[in-house]
Amino acid sequence: MKEVILIKNGELALKGLNRRTFEDMLVKNMRRRLESAGKFNFTIAQSTIVAEPVDEFADFDEAVSRIEKVFGIAGFSRAAAVEKDMETILRSAEEYLAPQLLGIRTFKVEAKRSDKKFPLTSPEICRETGGYLLRKFPHLTVDVHNPDLVVTVEVRDNYAYIHGTQIKGAGGMPTGSAGRAAILISGGIDSPVAAYMMAKRGLELIAIHFASPPYTSERAEQKVHSLLKQVSKYSGRITLYVVPFTETQESIKDNCPEDIFTVVMRRMMMRVSQIIAQREHAGALITGESVGQVASQTMPAIACTDAVCEMPVFRPLIGMDKDEVVAISRKIDTFDISILPYEDCCTVFTPKHPKTKPTIDYVEKCEEALEVERLVNEAVDGTRFIHINAY
Amino acid sequence: MEAYFDNSATTAPCCEAVKAVSDAMTNCWGNPSSLHRSGNAAKELLDSSRESIAKCLSVSPEEIFFTSGGTESNNLAVMGAAYQMRRMGRRIVSTAVEHSSIDETLDKLAEEGFEVIKLKVDNYGRINERELYSAVNSNTILITMMLVNNEVGTIMPVQAAKRAAMAARSPALIHCDAVQAFGKMPVKPVSLGVDLMTVSSHKIHGPKGVGALYIRKGVKIKPRTFGGEQEKKIRPGTEAMPAIAGFAAAARALPDPQRELEHIRMLRDYMVEKLTELDEIVINSPPDGLPYVTNISVLGIKSEPMLNFLSERGICVSSGSACSKGKKSHVLMQMGLDRRRLDSPLRISFSRYTTIQEVDALIQGIAEGKKVIRAVK
Repeated sequence: MKEVILIKNGELALKGLNRRTFEDMLVKNMRRRLESAGKFNFTIAQSTIVAEPVDEFADFDEAVSRIEKVFGIAGFSRAAAVEKDMETILRSAEEYLAPQLLGIRTFKVEAKRSDKKFPLTSPEICRETGGYLLRKFPHLTVDVHNPDLVVTVEVRDNYAYIHGTQIKGAGGMPTGSAGRAAILISGGIDSPVAAYMMAKRGLELIAIHFASPPYTSERAEQKVHSLLKQVSKYSGRITLYVVPFTETQESIKDNCPEDIFTVVMRRMMMRVSQIIAQREHAGALITGESVGQVASQTMPAIACTDAVCEMPVFRPLIGMDKDEVVAISRKIDTFDISILPYEDCCTVFTPKHPKTKPTIDYVEKCEEALEVERLVNEAVDGTRFIHINAY
Repeated sequence: MEAYFDNSATTAPCCEAVKAVSDAMTNCWGNPSSLHRSGNAAKELLDSSRESIAKCLSVSPEEIFFTSGGTESNNLAVMGAAYQMRRMGRRIVSTAVEHSSIDETLDKLAEEGFEVIKLKVDNYGRINERELYSAVNSNTILITMMLVNNEVGTIMPVQAAKRAAMAARSPALIHCDAVQAFGKMPVKPVSLGVDLMTVSSHKIHGPKGVGALYIRKGVKIKPRTFGGEQEKKIRPGTEAMPAIAGFAAAARALPDPQRELEHIRMLRDYMVEKLTELDEIVINSPPDGLPYVTNISVLGIKSEPMLNFLSERGICVSSGSACSKGKKSHVLMQMGLDRRRLDSPLRISFSRYTTIQEVDALIQGIAEGKKVIRAVK
């Protein structure tokens, strides 16, 4: 008996003629994700991808936890792959599913027979397997409507696969299938969630972080590394660009009215980000903004920020409440990192009474006191990058 | 230049301690409870270590109980005393500026129905002795007070606790958290009139993960852990021999605290003089505090950028207690400091290894930081 992972892709089945391209991309992503967990072979047949460990050195549990986070997968199962012989199927089902069967009361059996040469029909396989398991586990009863566990036997070309209830996959589209975009990440709760959500829609991520030493510390940047490492479990490798931002922030502080500080700062961030994004072939920016959350995220403030953007800015959290964002950040395990108490670029010099309804005219007038082009170019030139990958 | 000014958070282990830890792990790794040669050797090391700590406190070895450190000793002392004495009364008197390992334990006891009084402090972190006397009544079962405040260095009137208890005819046990005082000034439980005292290893150049609780002979407290005969069932569990041996070695290596104080006071006075020459710097520590700890505020410059700026130059200071990073200091708030001072504290803490060159580097660093870092209103 050999253990494999059976993967069902979700939306991909809808993609018609492009389906093959999407599937190949998904397999490529999975292959990359599992690389450091051992050698796995992937085969595609009838909208199911089978991931099979090549040798006994593969870390199967680790592989499963990684597959759980790969976008483009609707559901998957850990399955036993056994010889296509009814006797073997029964004994393997007993052995392989015992840990699960001992924790439940009711079950049912489903069978799929794509190898029509197999002597038993699907209903016969169900009946045989159900009866056998009932004899071996007397505490069980069959419940076809609402079972605790669905035992599935799939008879395919090379093997019969036995597994329990399917595990929900991460959903979404394969990373990279929608292109590449740049997430602006500060270290708070929102940006990792925004990154996760857009990666889920198939975007490959690069990340841009603004560092203002000594106002922000090395710990603050480390925190961003930890956040992205966590996000990369879903999105795959992320290249982080760290922009030196001290001079820009000091220059805004020295030359612009206090109430407009944050809006000018965000416009500067957008200008810098856009150049980096273009250089790295990213087609959009992503931010974690939500309307009305803070003064710089009012509609007029967002309009001022967007006025300097030529590429689309994706804001997946725009209509979400904080508790909804927090719920996702807990789900993807970024919340506990996000709440570490380090000053970040957004909290340096926060004005006491920020303007909530800035106009573009006013902001542009305030910016006249800044050497915008020089500051942007120097920030871009001073940018360093590192690759971040959880695996 | 590397300059370390965060000795209230932790200290560099001295070579004596490093050697003792390594020796214990290499040559003396037995279980002190085992009845064979290996166990006997470990038992001997345990006994001699206990003697070393006892000697530093001028108490007898049977009164020293090893724990995992200051926090555990404080928890054990406060909870153990409160539960032991609960039939005799329910009031516990303490101060508003204790370390969180006392403060949060007291909150827990308050939830359980004990009446906890935390005495207010003045703007130098000092309690009013008269208020102590009136807070302690015959119903009081425990008075717990730190000897030296960990954030500002204020020396508390610990010896007044016993007197207040006697005056009120209260049976109260007296506990003293001496973590920041031990090794830095003469600390004698007997002359302070305390029944329980907490000390920690890593604040005196010993290893982390070990501390001790002094329990005066004849005083009983309830244990918090169960499951063995070690430490007379007060703190069961196989003794952390390497750490204990290191702690003892560090204690033996302590110079005469009184003489050392002269040197540290000179350094502190020099630093304060230089700092006050810079504008916008206020000293939050009392002039008569323990000179090892100096808390200052650099007005208008938040702690974090200054700390980062100094760190970049190899100078380590802290903004407050390492046990509550990121939050505003509850000690400074209790002292009633205004917002500008609360936003910008730096804690500079010395050790016997601190040099005048390091102090010069620090002052120069702060002066440069003040020029470079943009102030906030």
